[in-house]
Amino acid sequence: MQAVQPAPSADDIQSLIEQHLHLEGPLLPILHSIQETFGHVPQAAIPLVADALNISKAEVHGVMSFYHDLRDAPAGRHVVRICRAEACQAAGADAVSAAALDRLGLDWHGTTPNGSVTVEPVYCLGLCACAPAAMIDDRLHGRVDAARMQDLLKEVGA
Amino acid sequence: MKDFVIPWGDDRDLGTPPSRSETMVTLTIDGFEVTVPEGTSIMRAAALADIQIPKLCATDSMEAFGSCRLCVVEIEGRRGTPASCTTPVAEGMVVHTQGEKTRRIRKGVMELYISDHPLDCLTCAANGDCELQDMAGMVGLRNVRYEPGRNHYDPGNGTLAAGDLRARGAGGDAGNPLYIPRDDSNPYFSYDPQKCIVCSRCVRACEEVQGTFALTIEGRGFDSRVSAGIAGDNFLTSDCVSCGACVQACPTATLQEKSIAELGTPTRSVITTCAYCGVGCSFKAELNGDQLVRMTPYRHGKANHGHSCVKGRFAYGYASHKDRILKPMIRDSIDQPWQEVSWEEALTFAATRLRSLQETYGRKSIGVITSSRCTNEETYLVQKLARAVFGNNNTDTCARVCHSPTGYGLGQAFGTSAGTQDFDSIDHSDVIVVIGANPTDAHPVFGSRMKKRIREGAKLIVIDPRRIDLVKSPHVRATHHLPLRPGTNVAVVSALAHVIVTEGLYNEAFIRERCDWDEFQDYAEFIAAPRHSPEATASLTGVDPEELRSAARLYATGGNGAIYYGLGVTEHSQGSTTVMGIANLAMLTGNIGREGVGVNPLRGQNNVQGSCDMGSFPHELPGYRHVGNADARAIYEDLWGVSLDGEPGLRINNMLDAAIAGTFRGLYCQGEDILQSDPDTRHVAAGLAAMDCVIVHDIFLNETANYAHVFLPGSTFLEKDGTFTNAERRINRVRKVMEPRNGYADWEVTQLLANAMGANWTYTHPAQIMAEIAATTPSFAGVTYELLEEVGSVQWPCNEKTPLGTPTMHVDGFVRGKGRFIVTEYVATDERTGPRFPLLLTTGRILSQYNVGAQTRRTDNVIWHDEDLLEIHPHDAEIRGVKDGDWVKVASRAGETSLRAKVTDRVAPGVVYTTFHHPDTQANVITTDYSDWATNCPEYKVTAVQVSLSNGPTDWQEEYAAQAELSRRILPAAE
Repeated sequence: MQAVQPAPSADDIQSLIEQHLHLEGPLLPILHSIQETFGHVPQAAIPLVADALNISKAEVHGVMSFYHDLRDAPAGRHVVRICRAEACQAAGADAVSAAALDRLGLDWHGTTPNGSVTVEPVYCLGLCACAPAAMIDDRLHGRVDAARMQDLLKEVGA
Repeated sequence: MKDFVIPWGDDRDLGTPPSRSETMVTLTIDGFEVTVPEGTSIMRAAALADIQIPKLCATDSMEAFGSCRLCVVEIEGRRGTPASCTTPVAEGMVVHTQGEKTRRIRKGVMELYISDHPLDCLTCAANGDCELQDMAGMVGLRNVRYEPGRNHYDPGNGTLAAGDLRARGAGGDAGNPLYIPRDDSNPYFSYDPQKCIVCSRCVRACEEVQGTFALTIEGRGFDSRVSAGIAGDNFLTSDCVSCGACVQACPTATLQEKSIAELGTPTRSVITTCAYCGVGCSFKAELNGDQLVRMTPYRHGKANHGHSCVKGRFAYGYASHKDRILKPMIRDSIDQPWQEVSWEEALTFAATRLRSLQETYGRKSIGVITSSRCTNEETYLVQKLARAVFGNNNTDTCARVCHSPTGYGLGQAFGTSAGTQDFDSIDHSDVIVVIGANPTDAHPVFGSRMKKRIREGAKLIVIDPRRIDLVKSPHVRATHHLPLRPGTNVAVVSALAHVIVTEGLYNEAFIRERCDWDEFQDYAEFIAAPRHSPEATASLTGVDPEELRSAARLYATGGNGAIYYGLGVTEHSQGSTTVMGIANLAMLTGNIGREGVGVNPLRGQNNVQGSCDMGSFPHELPGYRHVGNADARAIYEDLWGVSLDGEPGLRINNMLDAAIAGTFRGLYCQGEDILQSDPDTRHVAAGLAAMDCVIVHDIFLNETANYAHVFLPGSTFLEKDGTFTNAERRINRVRKVMEPRNGYADWEVTQLLANAMGANWTYTHPAQIMAEIAATTPSFAGVTYELLEEVGSVQWPCNEKTPLGTPTMHVDGFVRGKGRFIVTEYVATDERTGPRFPLLLTTGRILSQYNVGAQTRRTDNVIWHDEDLLEIHPHDAEIRGVKDGDWVKVASRAGETSLRAKVTDRVAPGVVYTTFHHPDTQANVITTDYSDWATNCPEYKVTAVQVSLSNGPTDWQEEYAAQAELSRRILPAAE
């Protein structure tokens, strides 16, 4: 996971935009690269992206808000994604989620006050055979029951 | 579209736009055979056969979207239930719109929509005007089986965090996180997300129709909502230009005029024509009794096709503003307060004074100024007043200060003083050249059409000192922007012609056929001289020669090339020369005489074309016939029973000069504020102050009225019948929506004045005046109110050869015979920068305000633009220590004024820009009395100035404000 970054400057954002301008349909690659670099897409990037692609700010906002993975504010140091799709639900994912949210004292998309964990729902990680599944940062975890979840959360400092 | 009271023609929404195909296809819908052009949707084909298919997301002003799933149909031989809006017709297709399966689907879809919609129809602003309501009825929705669950409409119980502004409930009720309160930030309409069905019509209207792209759908799935701008924006802070296209498109009360919420649904409507800019949009004035509830763009309006801008659609409140003067007033001298009097007393006072001035100072000591905002009929009467009753040709009009060079230049080159195309022509243009015009601000509805064509792939060349919105805005980008120094138009236009001629890009066949080949050769020799090359003129114009060459090549070889120009061309000391240069470009490249090409002046005011047509100029009778032409004079002499002066009369600036010299003493000025709109305000003020009888006929005590002796209250466009002629020569009907609040329509007042001076005019309806115009003016010969009633509008010439008018001119030959190439030598203006005045000031308009602002300043439009600002480049600002928002003094040789600065790189270094909408600023105090060599059109667009920091208004501004206040005192009539 990314370390917490200082607020990106307009020049930083501009240079990321320019790296992708040659692509066909460069909007999503630009947003991805901004998020990869800064952990989120700051509001200040929207006018810059809009201007570079000659589209409106509203259009960038529409795309940004469509994809839940694009954030407008930095996440916690670790992102815990718990699968809520059908197979995992059938294997007891709801109880896992409830336990996790309860332990963290958060609702979905919330971040713990110490900034260590952000919790998000996800719909299918492709790990149905090992349901219930979760993903912590870039690492997948299968057969996550409530107790295992507690351990995992402890590992990431929640 | 929301249409419910339609006593006027076929106003149905056919669901999808028409197909342009010429191949016809026949299909069967519900047993009826229908034949439509290939590419038509099933929905539209059905509507044409009077079969209405339920729909929510479709409307015929935009492309089909296929999202609401209400319009599903069954097609024999095809599986499933396709959406009729997105499925094109095919030969032999058999469609069923009312099968059991489709009915069940529609009902189910409708049930889902209603499950997340408040059921407050009886108290909803759209009650009776709601497509959701109509469709629920049409599909027979009788109950909703879904239990209330997550929804967007209930502000109550929820899980909002403490302190969240959306929390409504008391105590533990923290509110519904999905509920978004109404956005009332726009002064004219509200956005109420709880009523939104997410059909995207507003978003698509903003994109496809208006071209602003200010709206989007944010989120996805159940969370989807319409959003203006980005997170944290509302309608006012977003890019929204308040054109009303979204409100027009919304099928529910989500986007709704506030006037409807306040006044209720209208019960009658009248089709009329907007009185703002020269686009001449048709509107439906919707009323209850004589209470105007709203103005909606009329879908069959041939200039606007159902679109509008913030001015025409919303800024009509001035008509009932408290500042409006409804009683005639007189005073002996301008230092006295006004005295309210009866119409009879005011007219007798005026007539007696004017006649006694003529007795003392001669027949030619008085004159008139006609209005470009009044109707053709009214303007015709005012010039008739001068010619037939005053007995002189002292008539002029505000076109003097805007498009008089167009009249002269195009008249010389082509033989007519008007644009060559209709607006629809733009749909066929491949290269669009915009010179000295800012359509998205000054002609917004046409600007939107232009943007649409550019999005479709047409190339754009902008020649303007300022980076106007068209140069770069979402999805629109100029291929070439030539940011010339103000005052060098002729050099740039000649350089373009130089490239076309020297690189052999001209259309020889066209020139040989349509123009005089010998004349062309002389011209070609002149223009090919190296001194006209882009490289040679670059040091004057500041334009990159390579960019200019590319632009010339693009215009000459890019297909249909159309030129649109505005006051940035005409308001120069060489305005007429530039117009001729533009005509040369069109003739060189053969871009004239068919759709998609041409030379098109964008006229500023609603009827400036008409006021020119109607003989407002001192040297021309109606129809542009010179007063020296005895045959033309004889027509009027016979009809009017008077003898007419064969010598041209005085132009506005001549009148003012003569007033200062003491030979011109009286003026009847209808619907025009020359003090604020004409250049060199102090000179105008001195001229007016020197007169003995200034009659102002207006709806407000305008700035000119500060120097008037008689004030005759005017009527608004809502209060009279008549016609306006727009920039495409289209004669549109203006219809009386309500009785004149001041008692008389303007044509009646002019008639009363004429009769008080001894004339015996007996018009009882403007139709009779139009009959007189038609009988005496060849290009209007076929125009009658009956014809306009029947066909909506016509473009002149309208006579026995073209009984339904002329959309495109010069099709088979130029009106004057052969097109004439005129040599265009660049002569620098005498207005030059120097050490004292190092910057060039140029002026223009802004979207929300109109002209001198007398109307728009008295509406909520001031929320967008409540003062004039001086745009200055960051470099020029920095060396003067000017920061954004600082008060600055702008001084020229003519005068000085103060206003706030806006630091922006839209203007080039060395150039500053402002608007002239606010009398507190009086931008024209600074402009000089230089003018066009041929027509005296003032050089507004170039003034050498210096800019420095200041503490606030200048002495002149304060003195002027005090004088204005003093001169506006009114004593009520004695009881």
